[in-house]
Amino acid sequence: MNGTFLGMPAFPEAAREAVRDERLRGNLRHATHTIRAKRAAAVAEVSDWAELREAGRRIKDHTLRHLDRHLLRLEESVTAAGGTVHWAADAAEANRIVTALVRATGESEVVKVKSMATQEIGLNEALEAAGIRAYETDLAELIVQLGDDRPSHILVPAIHRNRAEIRDVFRSEMAAWGRPAPEDLTDSPAALAEAARLHLREKFLRAKVGISGANFMVAETGTLVVVESEGNGRMCLTLPETLISVVGIEKTVPTWRDLEVFLQTLPRSSTAERMNPYTSLWTGTADGDGPRAFHLVLLDNGRTDTLADEVGRQALRCIRCSACLNVCPVYERAGGHAYGSVYPGPIGAILSPQLRGTASGIDASLPFASSLCGACYEVCPVAIDIPEVLVHLRERVVQGGPATREGTKVVLRPAKGHAAERAAMRAARWAFGRPGVLRTGQRLAARTRRLHPRTLPGPGRAWTATRELPPVPAEPFRDWWERTDGGRNEGDAPQDPEETK
Amino acid sequence: MSSRERVLGRVRRALAGLPADPVPYEEAVARAYLRQHGERSPERTVELLAENLADYRALVHRCTAGELPAVLAGLLAARGARTVLVPPGLDPGWLAASDAERVADRAESTPAELDRVDSVVTGCALAVAETGTLVLDGSADQGRRRITLVPDHHVCVVRVPDQVVASVPLALERLDPTRPLTWISGPSATSDIELDRVEGVHGPRTLEVVLVGESR
Repeated sequence: MNGTFLGMPAFPEAAREAVRDERLRGNLRHATHTIRAKRAAAVAEVSDWAELREAGRRIKDHTLRHLDRHLLRLEESVTAAGGTVHWAADAAEANRIVTALVRATGESEVVKVKSMATQEIGLNEALEAAGIRAYETDLAELIVQLGDDRPSHILVPAIHRNRAEIRDVFRSEMAAWGRPAPEDLTDSPAALAEAARLHLREKFLRAKVGISGANFMVAETGTLVVVESEGNGRMCLTLPETLISVVGIEKTVPTWRDLEVFLQTLPRSSTAERMNPYTSLWTGTADGDGPRAFHLVLLDNGRTDTLADEVGRQALRCIRCSACLNVCPVYERAGGHAYGSVYPGPIGAILSPQLRGTASGIDASLPFASSLCGACYEVCPVAIDIPEVLVHLRERVVQGGPATREGTKVVLRPAKGHAAERAAMRAARWAFGRPGVLRTGQRLAARTRRLHPRTLPGPGRAWTATRELPPVPAEPFRDWWERTDGGRNEGDAPQDPEETK
Repeated sequence: MSSRERVLGRVRRALAGLPADPVPYEEAVARAYLRQHGERSPERTVELLAENLADYRALVHRCTAGELPAVLAGLLAARGARTVLVPPGLDPGWLAASDAERVADRAESTPAELDRVDSVVTGCALAVAETGTLVLDGSADQGRRRITLVPDHHVCVVRVPDQVVASVPLALERLDPTRPLTWISGPSATSDIELDRVEGVHGPRTLEVVLVGESR
C-alpha cells in the first residue's frame, strides 16, 4: 500500500495522539455531524431505500460470486470499444504498467482524478521515482498534496484541515507546484476554491495524459463511471490525449441497468445529494471526443485474497461512499490518520487488514479499532456487516488460522501482543471445566472485592486503560442459587462477607 | 504465467469451495425498488425538475419555442458574453436574436482557445426530474464533452415535457451506453473546505437551464 503509510504505529498509539488534538477533534466533529444529518435527510427522501440497499447488496454479491466471468466479459467489451485492458496482480505491477504507459507518450507530467486505488498502490510516489510528476486535481487532494500530508477521509481527504490551515498551505506551497496563490488570499472557502481553479486550470489545459480510477465498470457494455462534484474529473477524463484508469476488480457490475441502483444510493450516502454535480460515463474511446487512447488497468492487490474469505469477502461490496466514517464514534475522535491506510474508518478497519494481511502491528490492531456499535452497518448502502467482519478478523488476529495471501492458502499464527489475553482465556477455560476450582475462586473473589484494584497491573493495564473493571458481586451466583433455591426462597440478603469478619 | 491468468486463477480458487449457482443473473437480483418515486402529471414532473435544478443553484427559465431566441439572446447579453460556443447541430434559429460571435468547436481548436470563449449554448439528451439532472450524450446539438466544460457559462435548453423523465431508472433505459455521457446536476461545486459548499471550481460556474414548452 501507499509508502507514506508504512511504519505507522498501531491504532491505539496513533489514536492516542489524535484524541489529544483539540483542533483536529473540532474539525472532525463539525464535519461528521454536518454530513450525518444531511445524509439522513437525503435518504429519507426516497421511500424505497431498503429495497435499493438490498438490490445493491445482491448485485455486488452476485458479481463477486461470478467475478471471473464478469471480468472476462468486461475485458471483451472494453477491448471491442477501442480500449486496452491490462491486469495487475499487485501494487508494484500496476505501478510498472502505468509508468510504462506514461513513458510511451513521452510526457513527464500527468493530471489525476481523485482515486482510492491509485493512492492504495502509491502511484504518485512510483511515478515520481520515474521522473514523472503527478498533479492531484481534486481540491481536497490538492490540499493534501501541497501540504505533504496524508488523506484522512475517503470522500473529503482534507477533512482534518480548517480554512486557515488550507490558506497557509496554499500561500506557502502553491508556487513550487505552478501558479502561486494570490498575494491577498483570504481564508474564505470561495477565495480558496478560486485560487485552486486558477492554479489547476493551467495544468488541465496543457495536460496530455490523465489518470483516474472509476466508481463502476459495466461488464455488459464496457462502460466506466466516475462520479464527482468539481469538474476536475471531467477535465482529466476528456481533455488529455491518453487516459489511464486504474480500477480494483471489485468495481465491476454486470449490467448497464445495475447503475440505476448505485447512481441512486451512492450520492445520497456519500455527499447527501440527490445527485452529485457531475457524472461521466465513457465506453472505450469516442471518435473525435475525448482521449484517443484509453487504458484500463485491472487491479488485484489483495482483493482475490479477500474474496477467498467467506466472512470477509463482503467488504468487496464497498462502493466507497464513506457513510460509515461519518457515523462512527471511534473515527470521529481518532481521525483518519490513526487507521494507517488510505481506507480509514470502519470500512478501513476491515478492508486494510484483508488487503494487506494482519502481519504488521497496525493491521493487527485495526479490527479492534471499533466499539462494535453497529452504526456503520445501519448506514451502509450495500449492507456490509462491518461488525461481523471485525469480530471475524479479531479472532484471526488472536487465534490465527487459515487465510489466503497472494493467492496461496496459509495458516496464520496468532499475532504478537495478544499473549496475555490468550493466557487469560486458557486459564478461564481450565477453571470453567473444574466446578470446584471455579466455586473456590469465585468465593475468594467475592471476599476480597474491597481489595480489588480499579485497574489491572502488568499486561492487563492496556485493557483497563480504556475500560471500567467490572465490580465483583458480594455473593457468587451459584451460592445465591443454592441459598435461595433459584430465587424461589429469597431470604434476607446475605451480609457482605467482609463485614462478617 | 501472465498476470491475467494469475488474477483469474486466484478468483477461481477463491470461489472454488462455493456451491453451484445455477440461477441466471436476471433472476438473482430482486428489483423490488421503484421505477419512479410517486405518480405525477407531466406538468408536475417538469415543475419538479425546475425545483430540483434550482435547489442545486442552477438558474432556471421557462419559455415557449417562439420566445426561445429572445430568451437566449437576453441570457447571453446579461452575462456580457461576446463569444458563444455553438455545437455543430444546434438549431441556428435558437441564436438568431443574439449578436454574440459564434465559435465552432473544431478538431484542431485547443483547450486554451475554448478557455477564451465566454459562453456555450447546447441542447441535451434528456433531463431527470427527481434528481435535477441534465444528461448530455454528445449528439450534434450538444457537441463534444469539452465545450460544456471549459467555458464559464453554460446555457442548456431542455424541451419539455418530452425530454424530461421522472427518475434515474427511466433515464438509463433511454440512454445509449456507447456514447460518452455527461450527467450535470447544478454547476460545478466543492464542499472540501469545512463542508461549506462553493460553486464553480473547475467546470462552468454558472449553469442556466431553459425549459422550452408549448406554454410557459
